[in-house]
Amino acid sequence: MNKKNRKRNHTLLIKNFSVSTNGTSIVKDVSLTVKSGELHVIMGPNGSGKSTLLNALMGNPKYHIQSGSIKIDSTVLTNLSSDIRAKNGLFLGFQYPVEIPGATLGSVLRMAKNAIEKSVHPQAPALAPAEFSRELKRILSSLGMKEDLYSHAMNEGFSGGEKKKSEIVQMLALQPKFALLDEIDSGLDIDALGTIAKAIQEAVQVHGIGVVLVTHYTRILKYLEPDRVHVLANGKIVASGTRVLAEDIEVHGYGGYVSV
Amino acid sequence: MKKKTSSKERTHNASNAHVSDFKTKTKSAYEAKNGLNQEVIHQISEQKNEPQWMRDMRFRSYQIFIEKPLPRWGGDLSALDFDSLSYYVRPQGQRETAWEDVPKEIKETFEKLGVPEAERKFLAGTGAQFDSEVIYHSLAESLEKKGVIFMATDEALQKHPVLFKKYFGTIIPPEDNKFAALNTAVWSGGTFLYIPKGVHVDLPLQAYFRINRENMGQFERTLIIAEEGSSVHYVEGCTAPTYTTNSLHSAVVEIIVKEGARVQYTTVQNWSNNVYNLVTKRAVAYKNAEMMWLDCNLGSKLTMKYPAIYLRGEGARGEIQSLALSGNGQHQDAGAKVIHCAPNTHSTIMARSISKNGGRSSYRGLVRVLRGAVGSTSRVVCHALLLDGKSISDTYPLTDVREQKSSIAHEASVTKISDDQLFYLSSRGLSEDEAASAIVNGFASPIVKKLPMEYGLELNRLLAMQISERKK
Repeated sequence: MNKKNRKRNHTLLIKNFSVSTNGTSIVKDVSLTVKSGELHVIMGPNGSGKSTLLNALMGNPKYHIQSGSIKIDSTVLTNLSSDIRAKNGLFLGFQYPVEIPGATLGSVLRMAKNAIEKSVHPQAPALAPAEFSRELKRILSSLGMKEDLYSHAMNEGFSGGEKKKSEIVQMLALQPKFALLDEIDSGLDIDALGTIAKAIQEAVQVHGIGVVLVTHYTRILKYLEPDRVHVLANGKIVASGTRVLAEDIEVHGYGGYVSV
Repeated sequence: MKKKTSSKERTHNASNAHVSDFKTKTKSAYEAKNGLNQEVIHQISEQKNEPQWMRDMRFRSYQIFIEKPLPRWGGDLSALDFDSLSYYVRPQGQRETAWEDVPKEIKETFEKLGVPEAERKFLAGTGAQFDSEVIYHSLAESLEKKGVIFMATDEALQKHPVLFKKYFGTIIPPEDNKFAALNTAVWSGGTFLYIPKGVHVDLPLQAYFRINRENMGQFERTLIIAEEGSSVHYVEGCTAPTYTTNSLHSAVVEIIVKEGARVQYTTVQNWSNNVYNLVTKRAVAYKNAEMMWLDCNLGSKLTMKYPAIYLRGEGARGEIQSLALSGNGQHQDAGAKVIHCAPNTHSTIMARSISKNGGRSSYRGLVRVLRGAVGSTSRVVCHALLLDGKSISDTYPLTDVREQKSSIAHEASVTKISDDQLFYLSSRGLSEDEAASAIVNGFASPIVKKLPMEYGLELNRLLAMQISERKK
């Protein structure tokens, strides 16, 4: 029962996407189409290239795009820097969120939101700080986080669970067209998992954000209603289906999908 | 000597400033010929109408200056030519500045000053002339009621001779080092600040307000005396690049913090890159007194400055927070010095430096704990941020502990802007410059937080601007 948000109608088109690093090919010829309000889950064993895929989609300079393309609607993102991709509506939830000492969550997000807004509407006035702060604090507490983290250095001293929640907070504050979530479920306790999953489901169904969620475990799928489930093995998508696919992996593992 | 900062000049990076941009408005009544000799010193003292003891002290200090060698450590002083400098210029008439040229953070603090409405109307607005005399007098009057003395050091010598003579040169005698001797011989201008017992001055007092006749002199002499239980915060400088043809600035600051008193001395310095900024600053803190130095070195060709605190009384606390920014052709050789002379004294030194475009930042510090300073604690934290492979950071921390029952901690780090941090911020939509600014401002934030708000805002802006110019 995935209702597509009628207000948003965007397409993320990934075509024949191949990525290497240090001369080694990691992602091989991946193609994927995601629409607004869709939840795609990519599963795969360790080393299959899931994280590399998402990082390269976001434009991480560590990874070299050998071939293929990324588009959001008619805009080609393939060779653009990551901040331009963000301005075009792409977001990456990091597997290991980075600490930025001294730079507060509130100030960085406000700068980010202003930058993104301005690129879409150059004449738009800067965000009113008070209003933004109220909204961000509301999002923080909706995820069970303390409001005063607004004035806290980004991710500094955060627990593993808080770091993952912080990624979701940022996603909700920036309202991207598409969000790539890299193992958002790793290291979470049951309660945090439930909270985050609920927030993701809401982002998809209510805000119409298209989500590509990468995970190793099937646990989070108990809380989500994915539109598609894909299996990535050795850098290739080897299977696509519904949640039935995930249930199969839960029982049998990845063995059947990974060619030796 | 006149400081002029127009809004156009303010947008220039200090390290790209041209000395020829500098202009003088007033003609000097007396201008010493270049070079230093007894005649020059005689003239200085004569012009100021000084008592004999001060004149004698100047001559004595001159002798000490001649005899003392240049320090062999620290920055490169080989190009410093004492004979080519001018040692005293007496400006004529009152100094007037166009309102638009008043540094932004100074303007913003007028709001807090509570200057009478009529004067504010006169002061504010385009084209109006800003006369620091007016503001200074109005402030001085309200302070006088509390018994606070806030005036130019030259004036204090005339008006409060007994108080002056009691303390002058007692914390930093001319024998201390070559530049202290030079300053004692040719000093002119500076602030004399006296806070009576139990008086708390709530508003930070700015050097800018005290500047009337004398300008940001090259040989300022500042003397601050805080009586028992008093408190004051004194602020000098501004973030806007300060141009001057005077290439040697050698100030001396002496501070006495008596029992239970609290003094904070904040400096934000952004001298143009032709200046040697060689300063001796020292405070003595007595029983349960607190002294804090907040030192931001953003400019100059070479700065050698080690704010010091002698913790002489039991329970005294000292804190030295410093921020150094070094760009192309600059060397900030700065640090701190703390001597624990009494039991249960505590000190904290936090030094942060940012080096870019081949600039060099050096931390030079000393923590000494004398025998008998039982229960003393000291913590030194040095963090250096290098923005590229050409820039340099070095550290010379000295710890000399002669009391076993004490606790000393030292930690240091050198980092560069990490690619991970840049990618993380860029994935949120920040441009490369915005991301680097966020990281650099984040790095500087622990000390920027302690500045008066207006200074903090301007400093963040300056750092962001420096970042966007970092590849130049």
